Amino acid sequence: MTETVVSVGLAVEEHLQIKKQVLSPVHPTGKEKRFCVVTGTHGDELEGQYVCWEVNRRIQENIHQLKGIVEIYPALNPLGVDSITRGVPGFDLDMNRVFPGEGENTMPEYVAHQIISDIQGASMCIDIHASNIFLREIPQVRINVNSAKELIPYARKINVDFLWVHGAATVLESTLAYSLNAIGVPTLVVEMGVGMRITEEFGHQLTDGIFALMKEMGIWEGETIEPKEPIICMDSEVGFLNANCPGIFLPCVKHWMNVKEGELIGRILNPLTGQVAEEVRSPMDGVLFTLREYPVVSPGSLLARVSDRKTLLRGGGKDGNLIRLDSAHKEERTQ
Amino acid sequence: MKKELLYSLPSLYREEMKIYGYQFGQGKKSVCIVGAMRGNEIQQMYICSQLVDTLKELEEKGALVEGYEIMVIPSVNPYSMNIGKRFWASDNTDINRMFPGYDKGETTQRVADGLFQVVQEYEYGLQFTSFYIPGDFVPHVRMMDTGIQNPSMAEMFGLPYAVIRTPRPYDTTTLNYNWQIWNTHAFSIYTGSPDRVDQEEAAAGISAVLRFLIRLGIVRYTIHQGYIASLIREQELENVRTDCPGICCRMAEPGQEIHQGQLLAVITDPCEGKIVSQIYSPTDGIVFFACASALVMEGTMVYRIIRYLHV
Repeated sequence: MTETVVSVGLAVEEHLQIKKQVLSPVHPTGKEKRFCVVTGTHGDELEGQYVCWEVNRRIQENIHQLKGIVEIYPALNPLGVDSITRGVPGFDLDMNRVFPGEGENTMPEYVAHQIISDIQGASMCIDIHASNIFLREIPQVRINVNSAKELIPYARKINVDFLWVHGAATVLESTLAYSLNAIGVPTLVVEMGVGMRITEEFGHQLTDGIFALMKEMGIWEGETIEPKEPIICMDSEVGFLNANCPGIFLPCVKHWMNVKEGELIGRILNPLTGQVAEEVRSPMDGVLFTLREYPVVSPGSLLARVSDRKTLLRGGGKDGNLIRLDSAHKEERTQ
Repeated sequence: MKKELLYSLPSLYREEMKIYGYQFGQGKKSVCIVGAMRGNEIQQMYICSQLVDTLKELEEKGALVEGYEIMVIPSVNPYSMNIGKRFWASDNTDINRMFPGYDKGETTQRVADGLFQVVQEYEYGLQFTSFYIPGDFVPHVRMMDTGIQNPSMAEMFGLPYAVIRTPRPYDTTTLNYNWQIWNTHAFSIYTGSPDRVDQEEAAAGISAVLRFLIRLGIVRYTIHQGYIASLIREQELENVRTDCPGICCRMAEPGQEIHQGQLLAVITDPCEGKIVSQIYSPTDGIVFFACASALVMEGTMVYRIIRYLHV
């Protein structure tokens, strides 16, 4: 059943409407857990579109296996998705910086407030983002260090490759995920793929993970995969590679592979002069989990992120404990 | 006057982006004035350009007190201004959400860092800035409530109002907030809309800065004393929102005294022309902000009103 979460009249013969699909068990008991899948906060991030469709499809084709309520919000910023605009059209605002919003304020704040009110009380929320158009990300969950203890067990069930526990920043307190976690809705932020595109294999991987997590929570009774154990990285162990020269960045490694300290990641070229402006090398032995997709760079443009291999964790210890990646798989290459 | 290159950023196919500062006097780094940080802040840049012109004249007349330095930075973001974009030319990020900056970070973090390294050394920081909703404010000076702000200093501008804003999380990366955190007395000045030059509002902004410099004892000059500012907390402002969408004709202007029940705006159906809503003032007060958009959606904040002052 499709429901309207919030509706705001636009100037000329149109309403901004945020809609959700509500999928309920065939024989509801009234005590079901509620599981939300949201995406489209940034209008240029489309990876979540396929996940929403696929979750919808699989449940509707096997509705008798559904034991909880699943709510799918495919476009929290529908005007942005329609107009290929990252922020809220007409306001030049990043919608993921206005949560939890205010009921008596401007349209973005009001809409944010209504979204939070609607999701409040859910047992779980998956907030799906893609990267922007500049970077490609391996499927990963990002968790604020302050929520790590509570959220890591959920994140390990969702079949992503990577789990990044990042430091707290005051500015991030305006995000949907922060606001939901603050009111007791465990919320996982998934980042994967690249802006303005859909990576179908990532969509399937995450959808499989969502069903695995729903099964764990007693919301789904159908067959699911055994989710992969993500590599877990703490914030201080991530190396950022930024361009120091303007030019055209051409990577010479594949995304999501091990790299050695000093290994060439790519080159920044100057087509006008025919010179190599900069050689970009890994600052550490590690795993390359972010790689630039868009070639034109300025000084400061992010080219890649590498997580320090020595400090990475993954499951596999006794009683489900985390262990050092290298002690578990000394010779393993991620790809 | 000394024109100084404060920061430059190379580009593949454009000339280097250059941020210039104009230094007046020598000695203690006293006052830094920052103008356009977004590509559409033409009014803000214009005011700073007029200040450069005025301070140059005052310096030549010997009206600057020795031992103090004033810096004016009219344009922080010429790259965006030259191509008609509000935010950063390539990735659409906002430099005024990147402070205190990071010299090894992303491009606009580097620009912010390059600027902040210069401006954080000053005792007082003034920024001409703009709001994210198109509209007009009554001229005012604004401070962030960081616990270390000094509201009594806002009086020195002689503007009619001084507003204290309780910072939201996203405010913590603005220049104003970081100036204060790093021990500079910071003030944001709002005069007019960004996209066009309003001479009258610009003159009010220039006079406010000169008044501040005179009262600090940095400039010897005579000017009208201005107003005794009313201090307002932002949350005390009454927001007036539309109850339906359409074409909005506003009937009250910033600074205008209004009464409860007074007609503030009429909204007409955009296709059929009939009046679909009349917006009345919920209170006695002064119009602080008036939305400039002719097209409004349901719930648009069309006015902000200072309640029960001067009535």
